[in-house]
Amino acid sequence: MLSADEWQAVRLTLLVALAAVAASLPAAIALGWLLAKREFPGKFLVETAVHLPLVLPPVVTGYLLLVVFGRQGPIGAWLESWFGLRFVFDWKGAALASAVVGFPLLVRPIRQAFAAVDDRLVQAARTLGAGPLDAFGTILLPLARPGIVSGCVLAFARSMGEFGATIMIAGNIPGFTRTIPLMIYTLLDSPAGTARAQGLVIISVVIAALALLAGELLERYGRAKLRGAIG
Amino acid sequence: MSILRVSCEFRYPAGFALQIDFTAGEEATALVGPSGSGKTTTLHLVAGLLTPTRGSIALRDRMLFDSSARVSLPPNARRVGLVFQDYVLFPHLTVAANLRYGLVRRRAEKSPDYEHLLQVLDLAPLVGRYPHQLSGGQRQRVALGRAILSSPDLLLLDEPLSASDPALRESISGYLARVIDEYRLPTLLVTHDLDSVRRLAARVITMPAGQTT
Repeated sequence: MLSADEWQAVRLTLLVALAAVAASLPAAIALGWLLAKREFPGKFLVETAVHLPLVLPPVVTGYLLLVVFGRQGPIGAWLESWFGLRFVFDWKGAALASAVVGFPLLVRPIRQAFAAVDDRLVQAARTLGAGPLDAFGTILLPLARPGIVSGCVLAFARSMGEFGATIMIAGNIPGFTRTIPLMIYTLLDSPAGTARAQGLVIISVVIAALALLAGELLERYGRAKLRGAIG
Repeated sequence: MSILRVSCEFRYPAGFALQIDFTAGEEATALVGPSGSGKTTTLHLVAGLLTPTRGSIALRDRMLFDSSARVSLPPNARRVGLVFQDYVLFPHLTVAANLRYGLVRRRAEKSPDYEHLLQVLDLAPLVGRYPHQLSGGQRQRVALGRAILSSPDLLLLDEPLSASDPALRESISGYLARVIDEYRLPTLLVTHDLDSVRRLAARVITMPAGQTT
């Protein structure tokens, strides 16, 4: 069985992963749409920036986040003075790190899903009286749902395993920022840690597998509803 | 009396331009021309899905587009119903939801009656189905009904009789004739096959192959 500390790490990990996905989803949808449906100068620069966390060492991402969102950082200082939001040594910092590292995995399937929707469906909606936002919400978004679900699952799973960026900005504080990967790392540093970490490893595998399974089922359900495509 | 007045130029991204000048009245008008003569482009310009390089498009007393006055109504404000050649039904919505899509957004004083339209187009047994569960002819009837229920001032039909099956063509032709007669909607249809639309169109305008400049 897991100890109280270990359960706390599980709960914190789930909170961090869910917050990371929920907070970054609106931006991912907006960017996915922009990259899939619009041409604009400097598009490749935006694409590069979106995909950068995928190839950067997470510790480097964490360092950059610390510089920008730290208490003396340009954004961090502003957020703290205006909204009382603090990221350093706080679970919100862990969520920020997870959101940034998982962002490319969230945007990619959403972008592909938007690109796969025939533009004429939105055009048809517009001729039937729908404004741009109405057509987006009633046609484009529901048709891209399988890709959105897929992106959420990937980002959630990535978030569950986030270590390097998290430890840089949020530290490894028991009960506050110690997520499952950090807990396992800490346990392995203690006597008989290998055996004690087994429970958390199993929990990690189960949560990740359940997330993938749920995502697959939701995606299949969505695709079944859309089968037949345009007609 | 002309209902629709089109006089505009459209420059394709590839560089060449299409010059279009015609008027259409209350009666159903067919725009006939070979492939590539710009028929579908013309419909999209009228519907607001493409923007002319210059010129004007007027529907009754409303200016839909006028480059000199910088007027360009968005598609949702034009009250022009377009039936695409391959129907473009919303695949995630039932037939009923497809049909009501325009009806709920353009609830006009004299909106066509939903139940009556189901009868005219024989759609009542299909309302609970999804587009992928329909035959080609059924899809076309849904697309036609969807456009009519959006209370358009003008109905645009893109190659409505392009089905390869002669029996299906005959059936669609019958439904179109019923709809045009029943709703008295000014209709502009484009086709590459003049013979197929003689029964529907009171007037024919030929778009020459060399109209692009």
